[in-house]
Amino acid sequence: MATNTNSIVLRCENLHRYLGEGEGRVHVLRGVSFEARRGQVTAIVGPSGCGKSTLLYLLGLLDQPNDGSIWISEQLMSNSSDLDRTAARCEHIGFVFQFHFLMQEFSALDNVMMPMRKLGRLDEGQMADRARMLLGEVGLGDKTHRLATQLSGGEQQRVAVARALANQPSIILADEPTGNLDVKNSALVFDLLTKLAKENGQAVVLVTHNPDIAERCDETKPMRDGEFVRK
Amino acid sequence: MLMSLAGIIFGIGFFIVTQAQTSGFEQFFIRTILGTNGAIRIEDKFQDTIFAMAAAGHNADASKFEVAADRSARKYIEGVEDPERITDALHKFRNVSGVSTVVEGSVIADSSFKNDSAKVYGINLADHLAVSDLAAQIVRGAGSLEDFRSSPQGLLIGRVLADRLQLGPGDSVLLQAGTEQRRYRVSALYETGVSDIDRVRIFMHLGEARSLLKKTSGASFIQVALFDRDRAPMDALQMESVLRHGAKSWQEREKSWLEAFRALQISAAITVSTIILISGLGMFNTLAMIVIEKTKEIAILRSMGYTRSDIARIFIWLGAIVLFFGTIGGWALGAGVTYGVSMVKLPIRGIFRTDTFQVYWSIWHYVVATISAAVVVMTAAIIPARRAARLEPGDIIRGTSQ
Ligand SMILES: Nc1ncnc2c1ncn2[C@@H]1O[C@H](COP(=O)(O)OP(=O)(O)OP(=O)(O)O)[C@@H](O)[C@H]1O
Ligand SMILES: [Mg+2]
Repeated sequence: MATNTNSIVLRCENLHRYLGEGEGRVHVLRGVSFEARRGQVTAIVGPSGCGKSTLLYLLGLLDQPNDGSIWISEQLMSNSSDLDRTAARCEHIGFVFQFHFLMQEFSALDNVMMPMRKLGRLDEGQMADRARMLLGEVGLGDKTHRLATQLSGGEQQRVAVARALANQPSIILADEPTGNLDVKNSALVFDLLTKLAKENGQAVVLVTHNPDIAERCDETKPMRDGEFVRK
Repeated sequence: MLMSLAGIIFGIGFFIVTQAQTSGFEQFFIRTILGTNGAIRIEDKFQDTIFAMAAAGHNADASKFEVAADRSARKYIEGVEDPERITDALHKFRNVSGVSTVVEGSVIADSSFKNDSAKVYGINLADHLAVSDLAAQIVRGAGSLEDFRSSPQGLLIGRVLADRLQLGPGDSVLLQAGTEQRRYRVSALYETGVSDIDRVRIFMHLGEARSLLKKTSGASFIQVALFDRDRAPMDALQMESVLRHGAKSWQEREKSWLEAFRALQISAAITVSTIILISGLGMFNTLAMIVIEKTKEIAILRSMGYTRSDIARIFIWLGAIVLFFGTIGGWALGAGVTYGVSMVKLPIRGIFRTDTFQVYWSIWHYVVATISAAVVVMTAAIIPARRAARLEPGDIIRGTSQ
C-alpha cells in the first residue's frame, strides 16, 4: 500500500496548533503543510521556539492539531481515536528524541525489543535476533547486555536509533537527535540514520540546529513563527 | 513496596489469627452450653389469657409462631405437667436427637465437715447423657459413671461443691429437702468449667429425686438436644406453639454472652483491618510516586505504541503481585500463628473449662481476610494506574525536552 508512485508516506495540510491556556494561549503553528517521501531525509530548521518540536509531535501522533489534517500512508489520522493513533505509532512511526529516553532499568537489547514486543509480529528469538542485528548496525554489537545506565550519551542515542528502527517503521521522526552529542558522535548518529533510512526506504524527518547536518539532508525546510518560509 | 507487602502479610495473618481465636472461644463456649444445659429447655406450661387468644385469633392466617411470640399476655404454670406426653411429642420433631426429663429442687447438703445449699437434678442417666456431655465431664480419677449407674443412692457432685464440702468418691452425704432427709453416696465428681453449675448441681436418679423432693409426677423442665443446633430458635418457637410450654433455645438463653463474643470478634476484625488499610495507603503512596517518577518512561512507552490499558496494566500487575504474595504469606503466617497459639497453655474456668487457647479453623477467616486485602490493594493500585493511563505523551515529552 505504501508503494505509491510518488511514495508519500506522511502528509499534513494546514496544521494549526495552540498551546497554553487563557492569557498564555499561543498560536504556535499557523497553517503548516508538508510531505515526506520514502528514502528521503528532510531537515526542519529554524530559531528556538518557532514550533519545530510541536510540529514533530503532531506528525508523530503524540499530540492532536486544533485544525488541519495528517495522513499516514494515505490514512487520515489527525482526528482518529487514541487507540488508532497508538496503533499507528507502533506500526509506522519511529521516534528519536533529543534526550535518548531509554528505559534505565533495562539492557540495550531489551530497550530495542520493547516496540517489537508490543507489535507482536515476531517470536522471542526472532525479536532478540533482530535487536542484536540492529545494535550491531549502530556499532553496539558487543554491548547488547549493558544496562542503559552503563552506556555513554552517544551510545545511548545510538540505542535509541536502533529502537526507532525496531518495527521497520515507514517514518522516522527525530527531534534534535544529535543535540546532546559532540561533533564526532553527531556525525555518527546522523550517518546511521540516513544510511539505514536509504537502505530500507524510510522517510526521515529531523529537527536540527546544526547547519552541517542540515546541509547534508535531501531537503531543508526553514521555519519561522510557526510557518515554513522560503529560503 | 516491600513495606506494603509486609504490611499486607501481617494484616492478613493477624486477621486470621484473631478471628480463629475469638471464634475458637465462642465455639468452645457454645459447646460448653450445649453440653451442660442443652440446646432447648422446655419449662413452664402456659395458658393463653383471653387477651392473647383474641390477639392470636384476630388474624385467621396468623402463623403458629405468632401465638408464641406474644409472651407477655400469658399465664405460666410452673413446671411440666405431663412429661411423658411432652417427651413423645418432642421425639416427633425431626431435628430432636435426645430428650431428658429433669426434676429439680433445692436442698441442703450436709457432709460430716460442713453444710451448703445445693440443687439436685433428678435424671434418667441414659436420657441425660444423650442431651449433655456429662460423660466427658466426669473428673478423671474421681469416681466413675458406672458406679452411679449401678447404685440407686449414688450422686454426681460438681467439683467446686465437692471441694467445699470436702467430699470425694465413696463419701456419704446427707441431703435435706424440707422435712425430708436422706443419706446418699458420692459416685463421682464432674466438672463443666461453668462455675454456676459446678458450685451447686448434684445429679441423682430421677426416682430418688421424686421421693426426696416429694414431686411424684411432672417435671421441672425437659432438656432437649438437637442434630442441627442452628435451628434451635425456630424449633423452640414451634415447640412452644405445639406443646403449650415455654421453650427456650440456647441462643436466647445465652444471648448476652453470645453478643459479647460477636462484638469481640467484630472489633478484632476492625482493629486488624486497619493494618491492611494502612498498608494499602502505603502502597497507594508508593504507586502514585512511581507514576510521577516514571512519567517520562510512560510517555516513551506510549510513543512506541503501548496503549493506555497497557500502562494501566503495569500498575494493576504490581498490585496483583503484592496481593498474591501478601495472601500466600498472610495465610502461612495466620495458619502458623493460629497453630502456635492453640498450643499455648491458658487455664480458664468460669464460663467454660479449658487449659489451652481455643482456636477455630475456618476457611472463611482466610477468605474474608483475602477479600478485604484484595479490595484495599486493588483500589490502591487502580487509582494510580488510571492516573498513569490518563497521561498525555505529547504533554510529557514537551515538558521534559524544554
Ligand atoms: N505548554 C505551553 N504553553 C504555552 N506555550 C507553549 C507551551 N509549550 C510550548 N509553548 C510555546 O510553543 C512554542 C513552540 O515550542 P517548540 O517546542 O515547538 O519550539 P522549538 O522550535 O522546538 O524550539 P527549540 O528549538 O528550542 O526546541 C514556543 O514559543 C513555546 O514557548
Ligand atoms: Mg524543540
